[in-house]
Amino acid sequence: MLKILKYSFYDLMRSRWSYVYFLFYLALGFVLLFLNNDLSKAVITLMNIIVVLVPLIGTIFGIMYYYNSREFTELLLALPVRRSSIFLGQYFGVAGSLSLSLLLGLGIPFAAYGLFRSGAVWDFGLLLVTGAFLTLIFTALSFNIALANENRIKGFGYAVLLWLLLAVIYDGLFLLSLILLEEYPLDNFSLAATLLNPVDLSRTLILLKLDISALMGYTGAVFKEFFGTHMGLLVSLGALVLWTCLPIWRLAVRCRKQDF
Amino acid sequence: MIEVENLHKKFGKNAVLTGLSLKVEGGGIYAVLGPNGSGKTTLIKSILGMVVPDQGLIRVNGQPTHRKWKYREELSYLPQIANFPGNLSVSELLDMIVDLRRQPARQQELIAEFGLEPFLNKKLSNLSGGTRQKVNLALTFMFDSPVYILDEPTNGLDPASLIRLKERIRLEQSRGKLFLVTTHIMQFVEELADEVIYLLEGKIYFKGTLEALRQRTGQNDVEHAIAAISTQEPNA
Ligand SMILES: Nc1ncnc2c1ncn2[C@@H]1O[C@H](COP(=O)(O)OP(=O)(O)O)[C@@H](O)[C@H]1O
Ligand SMILES: [Mg+2]
Repeated sequence: MLKILKYSFYDLMRSRWSYVYFLFYLALGFVLLFLNNDLSKAVITLMNIIVVLVPLIGTIFGIMYYYNSREFTELLLALPVRRSSIFLGQYFGVAGSLSLSLLLGLGIPFAAYGLFRSGAVWDFGLLLVTGAFLTLIFTALSFNIALANENRIKGFGYAVLLWLLLAVIYDGLFLLSLILLEEYPLDNFSLAATLLNPVDLSRTLILLKLDISALMGYTGAVFKEFFGTHMGLLVSLGALVLWTCLPIWRLAVRCRKQDF
Repeated sequence: MIEVENLHKKFGKNAVLTGLSLKVEGGGIYAVLGPNGSGKTTLIKSILGMVVPDQGLIRVNGQPTHRKWKYREELSYLPQIANFPGNLSVSELLDMIVDLRRQPARQQELIAEFGLEPFLNKKLSNLSGGTRQKVNLALTFMFDSPVYILDEPTNGLDPASLIRLKERIRLEQSRGKLFLVTTHIMQFVEELADEVIYLLEGKIYFKGTLEALRQRTGQNDVEHAIAAISTQEPNA
């Protein structure tokens, strides 16, 4: 698997898109710091961007890479290599290079700004970790979708739809149901609703860490009340790990049944 | 040795293989023939584990192949369509496959044999179909495997390369290697094949030597014999 990861990673490092992504985050980091002039405010703005944009980029990159490396995959399938190694190797190649672009792209401006001397270093670290999780999750989801759809256009469509659903529509539906079901106790419902969406989960995780009640919203408050800040952090982090492992595991299992 | 027992494969509603059984042993060149869409590639890919059978058992050297990968160390496969990652150069591709296969490779010998030196630093996406097929051949014969599985190896080759290919196949044949070769070129079959395997309607319709094929059909010309065979009763 490591060899395949290596080749996928090299392949991506030679592609223009990894650099576009890296430069985008680099620019974003510098601009935010320049505009906010305040690390902790920049972290919040950054969070709002990360929880929406990182899943989108993970999804699109994942699906494009899968379809574009079809030739590579077919070549590998005839070699004495385990099937799951082929797919996991490629997956970690993409997810790894995306995470690296994210970490470096945002890390460099913040480090240049003197992050390590400020109190926001842990908040920022958590933000990057969450971003890496979201990359892993959405790249894995998009690989699953691509595996199930030989038709690229369909696969691409489903993947973008999934992103829309989780990153955009879900919140609206959630709020709507809170309003409609006003009379009922909704704590458990909203807890479950948050755990079932990695985007909301990431947002809650970061807000819990920042401990800004004003921004936390209903779910964050419920989380805090239910688990306490510390436990809440652990639970949401655990849920993110689960969200990461499940699609990766499914990828490893499902790829064995595919015809090429 | 390759054994296939009662192999079934459907793609959606399209039943391509319907209880195919086959056994090939020792060395020799087996020509896998059949009309377009008769399932030659599907059979080959099932043996390689690229297509997952619905039912049936495949053994290579006595071991079931289902969900295994190690057995592919014994197989060299030439795909029907030479699809390669377009952004690699020829030498990068060859090096990568050698690295991934972790087996000794006679890389230089095959590069020279198919005249690939001028293309080594060219990107694969910029090569002509014929040159790509030569790369495909070099990749396949680079490894000294007991079994070679070639899916339409003559595709797009110029006459000089075709001669090289035949020489290479004969050389490996003399070393006792086992070949499964699909082709539509009957002259190729006549020159090289020890036995013919004819696929029709998802099963083996005929398996035997060219001599047996001629006798059964009463046709001396192989092309006509093949054309005539499907109008007769099967005996596999
Ligand atoms: N991956 C696939 N998905 C759907 N149908 C397939 C697939 N591979 C092959 N087929 C179908 O199976 C049949 C046999 O194909 P193939 O084995 O390539 O035939 P041959 O190599 O003998 O020409 C064809 O009808 C083809 O369309
Ligand atoms: Mg074919």
